[in-house]
Amino acid sequence: MKIVARWIRQPGFLTALPVGIFLLIGFAGPLVLVLLYSFMPPKTFTLGQVPTIENYISVVTQSYYISFGWSLALAVVTVFLLILITYPVAYGMAKIFGKWATLITILIALPLLISENIRLFGWVLLLLKNGIIDGSLQYLFGLSLSGMLYTVPAIVLGMVYVYLPFMLFPLVIGISMVPESLKEAARDLGASRFQIFREVELPLSMPGILIGSLLVFILTLGSLAESKILGGQAIVMIADDIESAFTFAQNWPKGSVLSVILITISLIIIYFLFRKIDLDRVVGRR
Amino acid sequence: MNGSPSVFLALREITKQFGDFSALDDVNLQISEGEFFTLVGPSGSGKTTLIRILVGMESPTSGEIHLKGNTINDLPANKRPTCMVFQNLALFPHKTVGQNVEFAMKIAGVDSQTRQKRALELLELLRLPLDFYDKNINQCSGGERQRIALARALAFDPEILFFDEPLSALDFRLRKTLEKELKDIHRETGKTFVYITHSLEEAMVMSDRIGILNEGKLIQIGSPDDIYNRPKNKFVAQFMGEVNTIAVDRIGQSRVRDSKTGGEFDLDSQAQEIDSGFLIIRPEVMKIGRSAQFMPNRIEGVLFNDYALGSRIQYQVRSADGENHWLIERLQDDPFSGNAGDSVVIGWRPEDSILVDQ
Repeated sequence: MKIVARWIRQPGFLTALPVGIFLLIGFAGPLVLVLLYSFMPPKTFTLGQVPTIENYISVVTQSYYISFGWSLALAVVTVFLLILITYPVAYGMAKIFGKWATLITILIALPLLISENIRLFGWVLLLLKNGIIDGSLQYLFGLSLSGMLYTVPAIVLGMVYVYLPFMLFPLVIGISMVPESLKEAARDLGASRFQIFREVELPLSMPGILIGSLLVFILTLGSLAESKILGGQAIVMIADDIESAFTFAQNWPKGSVLSVILITISLIIIYFLFRKIDLDRVVGRR
Repeated sequence: MNGSPSVFLALREITKQFGDFSALDDVNLQISEGEFFTLVGPSGSGKTTLIRILVGMESPTSGEIHLKGNTINDLPANKRPTCMVFQNLALFPHKTVGQNVEFAMKIAGVDSQTRQKRALELLELLRLPLDFYDKNINQCSGGERQRIALARALAFDPEILFFDEPLSALDFRLRKTLEKELKDIHRETGKTFVYITHSLEEAMVMSDRIGILNEGKLIQIGSPDDIYNRPKNKFVAQFMGEVNTIAVDRIGQSRVRDSKTGGEFDLDSQAQEIDSGFLIIRPEVMKIGRSAQFMPNRIEGVLFNDYALGSRIQYQVRSADGENHWLIERLQDDPFSGNAGDSVVIGWRPEDSILVDQ
């Protein structure tokens, strides 16, 4: 009791209390609920039943692996595309643009103030059959690109567009942490531009790349809007399945099972990614 | 160095402008093969700019750099057969000691066995334990990191090795040790070393020749002995450390008058032909008390204070008219017995003074 009393009196405990309570109710609580529901009999809405693994068996034997596959594949593709697209921009912002980098930062961050759905509907107008791109091309050159919307590439486009800032900003920080003198030293020791990139810049900006990849990966894995708005019926992603299990099918235990599996997959991937690369060592803190 | 010292590296009329500011102004310099040459200057003297031009990280506004008779102005840093030890060492934090040392060889496409063999040889040359090969660079001490940086540069097998004040961040004792070690390694490898520093003392310990740089101009080039005993002007004389400097006017073949107090002093018969300039007398050649009594040049003053400098004791004496402060140094085991406020006589021999230009 004395220990608890001393704990409570510490300022750290008291200041952390509001956030702690909020996280307990808003984050840990629901996760525990989801985990508990995943062991309840199908289509039940209370937790008082006899636990069962029936839902897990039914999910594994059904074709949910397809939606898991799509979600994972699109997450990986989006991460790689974003690394390729944002690295040069991030490099420019960290090393070249100087005072203009602030303006670019604002321009890139500004759309985040607008709802994601509204921005995606903007893309619908662009990609739609007889929409802005298709219509303009028909009018100007007489050629039609009517099949752009409701395809997998359209979903990837949406994801790349929506999650670009989450890759870009960690990369800017990662790249600006590479000291110029190390690049000069490599150059002085005979390294070409590409060798400097491979031997010095890339490994030293790896923390930024990793953090950006992680953010984008997690966000795309759970994303729903892109596939619904830009993908239409093209594919079903796992977030779609989870949503319809909870809403349309009114089967909370099944939705819970899918959620638990998705969270587990994410955790495993994060664990291996971060175990393989020692962040402290990469940035030279150890 | 045996054989005739041939010109290895030559700078002709090197000038570097940054906007209106000229960082280097018409620098001419010749360095021989196997020489240990040190460029000394205060911060802002242009020494860093000069070394960056030599390594290929900056290009001169005008002038030519010749290496073994070939112009290398347009050769980029990664194509030049020269290498630099950086001020902050610029060791790669994500690589082991071995990987750092092997970097240049890896870039050059040397196979890993040869690389490792050479890296271990270099660790040995630099008196580093061989098990450092797999050590994390961030676990090495300051002195160890210095040696690793030098090993990494030597592994490149450069024609010339440049040093950009690599010892400046170390504590005094370690710096002294490494200065000597560097001189030893220079002798063992026979390479041409070009070193820059703001410390003339450091340059004296290591160098065959020294160039003094100030405000972008090379003021004097010479052996440590030349620089110490025959400084070309007041700047060089004062750069060595604390000296007594008196503005004087020539009043005879071997006589000058202190332009402030009117006191007259005898000059060395070898003194430069200068009408008015500065008389430089080093504190350690100054005499105080009884030993000053019979000096040709004498001044009466009041002992102001004394300072222990380790191996020596420094005395500050204020001349009777209060115009000048004089510094006198004596060996620590031969102190002057006097108290602050005592009247003392100080003096020096004419041949111990140097007459220099502005």
